[in-house]
Amino acid sequence: MTDATQGAETEAEEGKTIYDELPDAPPKKKLKLSWTGKIGVALVAFWIIMVIVGPWVAPFHEADIIADDSYLGPGYVTEGEGTHWLGTDYLERDILSRILWGARMTVGISFIATLLAYAMGVTAGIAAAVKRGWYDMILSRINDAILSLPTIMLGLLIVVAFGSSIPILIGTAAVIYASSVFRIARAFGQEIMVMDYVEAAQARGETIWWIIFREVLPNAVMPLATDFGLRLVFVVLFISSLSFLGLGIQPPAADWGSMVRQNLEGLQYGSLAPVWPALAIASFTIAINLIVDDVSAKSGGDLAKKMIS
Amino acid sequence: MQRMVIQRIWIGLATLWVVSVMVFIMTAALPGDVAAIVLGQSATPESLAAYRAERGLDQPLVFQYFGWLGSLMTGDLGISKAGGATISSLIAGRLYNTMLLAAIVAVISVPVSVMLGLLAAMYPGTWIDRVLTFGTLSLISVPEFFIATFMVLILAVKLQWLPAIANISGDETYLELLRGLAMPLITLIIVVAAQMIRMTRAGILNVMNSPYIEMAILKGVRRNRIILRHAFFNTIGPIVNVIALNLAYLVSGVVIVETIFAYPGLAKLMIDGVQTRDLPLVQACAMIFCGTYVVLIILADVAAILANPRLRNPK
Amino acid sequence: MSELFEIDNLQIQARKEDGTPIPIVKGVSFKVKAGQVVALIGESGSGKSTISLATMAYCRPGLEFPGGEVRLHGKDVLSMEPQDQRNLRGNNVAYLAQSAAATFNPAITIGEQVTEAAVLHGVLTQDEADKRAVALYHALELPEPARLGRRYPHQVSGGQLQRLMAAMALVSGPDLLVLDEPTTALDVTTQIEVLKAFKKVIREEGSAAIYVTHDLAVVAQVADHIVVLYSGEIQEQGPVDLIINNPTHPYTKRLMAAVKPTPKAGMGEDLDQQHSRVVPNIEVKNMTAGYGGIVNGKPAITVLRDINVKIKNSHVVGVIGESGCGKSTLARVIAGLLPAAKGEIFLDGKQLQADLKNRMSEELQKVQFVYQMADTALNPRQLIGEILGRPIEFYRGIKGAARREEVAALLRLVELPVEFESRYPSELSGGQKQRVNLARALAANPEVVLCDEVTSALDSIVSSNIIILLKKLRDKTGVSFVFISHDLSTVGSFADEIVVLYAGRVVEQGPVDEVLAPPYHPYTRLLISSVPELRVGWLEDTMQKREMAVGIARGVEITDSGCPFFNRCPIAIDGTCDVDTAPIREPSPEHYIACHRTIEEIAEIEAAPQQVLHGFEVAAPEGDKAAKPH
Repeated sequence: MTDATQGAETEAEEGKTIYDELPDAPPKKKLKLSWTGKIGVALVAFWIIMVIVGPWVAPFHEADIIADDSYLGPGYVTEGEGTHWLGTDYLERDILSRILWGARMTVGISFIATLLAYAMGVTAGIAAAVKRGWYDMILSRINDAILSLPTIMLGLLIVVAFGSSIPILIGTAAVIYASSVFRIARAFGQEIMVMDYVEAAQARGETIWWIIFREVLPNAVMPLATDFGLRLVFVVLFISSLSFLGLGIQPPAADWGSMVRQNLEGLQYGSLAPVWPALAIASFTIAINLIVDDVSAKSGGDLAKKMIS
Repeated sequence: MQRMVIQRIWIGLATLWVVSVMVFIMTAALPGDVAAIVLGQSATPESLAAYRAERGLDQPLVFQYFGWLGSLMTGDLGISKAGGATISSLIAGRLYNTMLLAAIVAVISVPVSVMLGLLAAMYPGTWIDRVLTFGTLSLISVPEFFIATFMVLILAVKLQWLPAIANISGDETYLELLRGLAMPLITLIIVVAAQMIRMTRAGILNVMNSPYIEMAILKGVRRNRIILRHAFFNTIGPIVNVIALNLAYLVSGVVIVETIFAYPGLAKLMIDGVQTRDLPLVQACAMIFCGTYVVLIILADVAAILANPRLRNPK
Repeated sequence: MSELFEIDNLQIQARKEDGTPIPIVKGVSFKVKAGQVVALIGESGSGKSTISLATMAYCRPGLEFPGGEVRLHGKDVLSMEPQDQRNLRGNNVAYLAQSAAATFNPAITIGEQVTEAAVLHGVLTQDEADKRAVALYHALELPEPARLGRRYPHQVSGGQLQRLMAAMALVSGPDLLVLDEPTTALDVTTQIEVLKAFKKVIREEGSAAIYVTHDLAVVAQVADHIVVLYSGEIQEQGPVDLIINNPTHPYTKRLMAAVKPTPKAGMGEDLDQQHSRVVPNIEVKNMTAGYGGIVNGKPAITVLRDINVKIKNSHVVGVIGESGCGKSTLARVIAGLLPAAKGEIFLDGKQLQADLKNRMSEELQKVQFVYQMADTALNPRQLIGEILGRPIEFYRGIKGAARREEVAALLRLVELPVEFESRYPSELSGGQKQRVNLARALAANPEVVLCDEVTSALDSIVSSNIIILLKKLRDKTGVSFVFISHDLSTVGSFADEIVVLYAGRVVEQGPVDEVLAPPYHPYTRLLISSVPELRVGWLEDTMQKREMAVGIARGVEITDSGCPFFNRCPIAIDGTCDVDTAPIREPSPEHYIACHRTIEEIAEIEAAPQQVLHGFEVAAPEGDKAAKPH
């Protein structure tokens, strides 16, 4: 044993008897969800499973025109086919099946688009916070410009210009929402950049990549993860709205937004056909918000601050 | 302080310029030859060329852009391709409709939401707070068309109180006008208010962690006064910002509501423009939307500066 | 007849995730008589602030009162209705927080905040409260009392805000004042000014007070009775004379040992000359630096002017001055974090680029910077092993097992267990984090380590341990240290040489024993007189001194011409000191004083009998103008 370790140990021993410095480590908080948060987790889990297995558990194919009539009420039984638990739509298709198939479109596409938006927005946003100067100036102005146009308008413009295919739809949503991710990532990045440990790394002569990925990003992961949930909600609403306007996912593929639009006239006959897909959207987005609310309430409202400013 | 305001205005102008470039490029990328669409089947190669020369469409994009920007600055929005009316005349009526709707919604929703947000913050954990929090959370989570659809289902179809469509021609009485507008109004108020209530509440609760709030508690100040006098004044900046964003949305983002209720507003005009490839119309609308956004955000920033004594009277 | 105020077997606890209680305050009892000042003394984590808040039946979110009583005039406040508790706060019991800057609401005028409690509780009408506030501003010697109420908190200085908080607490005439570390965040000269004002108004108002602090020297000045706390338990309590002069409990003794001695010559250790060589490690020549755009070698805001400093091999250079004097800026300029506007910096005789981006890797390696706050200096998402290992790998190319071995050696060097390499910074205590912070600088194998206020945020015992460590490190490694501090006695006990900065200029520098002995620069004199001594009656004594009269009544003014200390100097020469730059005097080799007075004049004035000034009555007529905030 060297002198130094001995020194440390004698001091540690002394510490026990003669008033060592009191530890100031805060007790670690474990994330414990409230009951609303748990409902959120259950619902989100349900829809994620449906994205994967939806087509296999659905009683019918999304494009099957099999029912006796359009706008049949819930629970109607078509002879030789089966029960339409949620009734049928304007084209005599089974609504429950279409909702389960549609999860793949609505939730799946939104998820991919949000992931892409994050990849772009976080890299650019943190880079802007780290590099500052002209790079930040130019990116921020482009970003302001995108944010200054209403998302739906911008989406329409892009979709009309480049056609309404699924890749285009994903790309459009990703670009539009990357700008809001950029803003938040940049704000978090700036907050972390003023920390002395980042300056210490810069003073050591580290490269910008080291600073972005090793010093800044690991500290922004938690708050950004929460924001991811919110962003996913916005993307679901955005894609549904485009579909609702007839410019999103094209028939006969089922997606929740276009299902609402196509069955809207059913309202006049007292059919609940447009309400079911709308409820599906709501159940998914509300569930995510319930989780986010729970998590950000525990993490001290950092996110709330960012979302406001 | 003046320097900060001027800086904000510069940033706003820069944003407008970037938007103009973006809008121009995007509209230029819209598929379809404008000349062919306008002249239709009767077009001959000569007439197409003549049309392009007349409109400057045969020049390089950069020239076209500056030509467009120049006329935009002089207030000349150009001529619509559909029917050849001036864009200004097309827009004027629609702009009035949009502003009418936005103004009524704003006048009702802004004070109500700020008050409800404060109320929720004043009594956290009580049933008022829970109803407001959960209600607004649900409302911001669902698409507008869901809310609009529900409104139609209940108010127009089931109860038959209100017309499902908001057709306004301009010569109805105030009562008729209000009845016609009722559905889009209610929908928009709900959508916008949910956002503002949440943000007001979150903003206040965020400030409630500050040491000066603890000091106020230790001075024996009542919770209501702490919120209204100590917390609210430090939250004005963020709240005004959220209000501005929502007002901008009321001018430019209400496509869905205008579509569902067939309301002849500006957003609907732009959608129609996009679908008929009416480029000058689309460009003009986009610039109006962006301009509104920029102006509102600058106003919000200025309000935030004025509300902050630190920025208002420097040392 | 009951006591004015009594805490009886008070318990306060937090709860773990699973609901098991964690006791924070474990059965504390003490009494406060009318007119008495009781000091609660202890380090962070001792529960002293928590107890002080309990006097108002208040505890921070997450804490609760499982037992005990807090009686005011014989009535238990903990069991009162919330409404009655509210009526008590700011009315019968008033609170002064540690940081006035954070506890004043930035959006409300000072006047409204000061009078709010008295008016809300119906003690005074708004008019009466305003009048009383102005009277209190007078009593607290605040500038422009009549207009002060209309200003906003950001428009006055930190020391003034601290006194304004006293006005806020006193306006409703409370029976009991609770002061939570009210002078801890202040510079020494400001601390004296605030202490003096507090002591005076407490006496005039006749209210009882609980004074919470970790600084025994301060306690000796204001308290009648001392309660020593450790980990939520009382270790010892008694009258101030008894505890200060005859402590019995070992913890009290240990606290006393950590009290810094009065700075004087010979307090440090002998200079070890063996490492000296011709070229100093670092030499700064005619350096000017600041913020904003640079025009003709002059920045928009000048922080440092014409600085000349040498850092000899294996020496410790202490840089001392009050907040805002530019001492941290000096370190940042040397490190290249803030490029100088003018002048040169040499490393081992070779000129360095001003901006660290243009410096070579070996140059960066040789000059290392240690930040004040270990909390922000250590990346919370990196293990200690990574934090220390990275510079080893980056500068010295040592990887893998060798790197681990180096990390272990470093941990041993700063006297931490080797197992800490697999911990995150949040799992360490404040002192341990500061040791890691130092170890990271040493990991680079540097020649010079720039320590920016590394002990300021630590409790007295922890901070004295860090100083002991620094001394060992200097002897073991032969590294030169630039030790920046506002604490003259710490610097005096550790440094070989001292540089005294005032308003961006060096006013005095030289070997430590020369600087801390006459002849002094008038500012050094003021600093020395302002360091509290562990002695009852010191405050009154020091207030009699000549340098105090003008020295503490006015604030720092950064001037372009003349001597910056002019407005606070007791021996200033009108027409000279405020116009011309002070000449450099050299009373002994390598000891420089920048003063218009000759060394003989200074010595003569030092020797002259002290003019008797009653500090408590000294008003500064022009001081009102001079003491404007910046």
